[in-house]
Amino acid sequence: MKTRRLRHARIELALHELRDGAGRALLLLHGLGERSPRAAPPFAERWPGPVFALDFAGHGESGVSVGGGYTAEVLMGDADTALRELGSATLLGRGLGAYVALLLAGARPAQVRGAVLCDGLGLAGGGAEAATPSVVYPNPHAAAPPDPFALVELARDVRPPDYATAFVRQANELSGLERPISVCCAEKPDWLEAALREPGVQTASIEDALAYYAKR
Amino acid sequence: MSDPTPNLDAEERAAAQYPGARLPDRRRSVHSLGVNLAVSEWGDERAPVIFCSHGGFDFSGTFDVFAPLLAAGGYRVVVWDQRGHGDSDHAPLYSWDADIRDLLNVLDSTGREPAILLGHSKGGSISTTAIQVAPQRVRAFVNIDGIPSHRPPPDVADHERTKLLATELSGWLDHRRAAGAKVRRADTLAGLAARRGRMNPRLSKPWLRYLVTRGARKDADGWRWKIDPVLRPGGFGPWRAQWSMARLASLPVPLLGLLATESEPMGWDTAPADVKPYLPPRAELVQLEGVGHFIHIEQPERVAKLVLDFLRSAPA
Repeated sequence: MKTRRLRHARIELALHELRDGAGRALLLLHGLGERSPRAAPPFAERWPGPVFALDFAGHGESGVSVGGGYTAEVLMGDADTALRELGSATLLGRGLGAYVALLLAGARPAQVRGAVLCDGLGLAGGGAEAATPSVVYPNPHAAAPPDPFALVELARDVRPPDYATAFVRQANELSGLERPISVCCAEKPDWLEAALREPGVQTASIEDALAYYAKR
Repeated sequence: MSDPTPNLDAEERAAAQYPGARLPDRRRSVHSLGVNLAVSEWGDERAPVIFCSHGGFDFSGTFDVFAPLLAAGGYRVVVWDQRGHGDSDHAPLYSWDADIRDLLNVLDSTGREPAILLGHSKGGSISTTAIQVAPQRVRAFVNIDGIPSHRPPPDVADHERTKLLATELSGWLDHRRAAGAKVRRADTLAGLAARRGRMNPRLSKPWLRYLVTRGARKDADGWRWKIDPVLRPGGFGPWRAQWSMARLASLPVPLLGLLATESEPMGWDTAPADVKPYLPPRAELVQLEGVGHFIHIEQPERVAKLVLDFLRSAPA
């Protein structure tokens, strides 16, 4: 496995090449508190191009912040940094990574050729509305990675349904794909239920979703 | 204290003087979870604390006229620079949560007596959240045009809105892609004053030039704002103004809310009618005629008098 070191603002990111190849990359985005797999997963066996996986800020081999500051939008910037390196990609995200994949599919509709959303840690985030605010100080002696601030902050990150659907609509209008988003999740938090009601969002198995985007 | 204005020419030294402006009586820093935050203080150290939070992209030096007026009223005025702003450290990442933790860490450094919180713009908003987190640390709250209102542009069609967001998002991501190596543009002192003047059209030239000497530093190739170039105004995100507004009603302390009348790029255009339904039981709301978003910077004397009058009438 080869690893490329990229820079997003002040954080160094680890982008792992799990399988080389020619053509469009499949980019895997892990869930909350997770890290990239060390090898291409079985579901990617028939993907025709290379397979990459990104460690988000505060996770795996990527750098950590000082005193937190993690948001899903920052992680979207992480994934965009990998996208710049790869040119274009099909995204497959687990949990938190699925939400980030949806955001980036809307923000970079020309470069993201399909986003596959899968179950994984951190799919629900902090719910649909701002909760009663509180301050949590993570244990400064906790073993890292993952950065304990990332775990706390990204578990509380609010995900309003109409915010998620704004990204779906952008992917629909600007990607040129008929179905830019594929949902493979059993868990369906409010933001995902709302996304599923939009045109351009299909329910599929991971294998079928990847086969669909491999041809587009 | 070291000379705050080293290597300045005569003209720049003159700009660093402004009638009524006084550098802080004391300066210190607070270590907040790895980030050093600059803290400025005016007034008697044993007096009750007015704890001030500046707005986004602003800095403590904007309080150099206002804070001494409050201090003269019998208060210890504490102003801190948020992470990435003024003389505080630039951080790897920024977020609302991080700002709230920083605020509470600096507040704790002032002692255990409940303080009066005062915040402008974003500083008013993070103070509103901080009071909900630590109500026992606060005894009164002054919010200076820091009450965001929910006003979606009514005449924008859905697909236009989608394109607006797309432009905003790609602009933000492009900025982030370049931000690691970004350095603020160097300019003359007068050039920076003119740039600030576009945001503050009613400030006098001498006042704008003074603010540059506090919010910018002089490098070999010219003056640069100290603010972290990674930070970018505007933006997007899941946060809704309505969440902030609705929670005002729950605040358990006396509130003085100040609003402006003049619409400006950095302002929120919140009108009294937007806020009134959400005022807590002990609240005063004042709209200052002919004043823009930077109310206490435009009219420090008038605002200091309003604040001191409010504190005299607010129960301890």
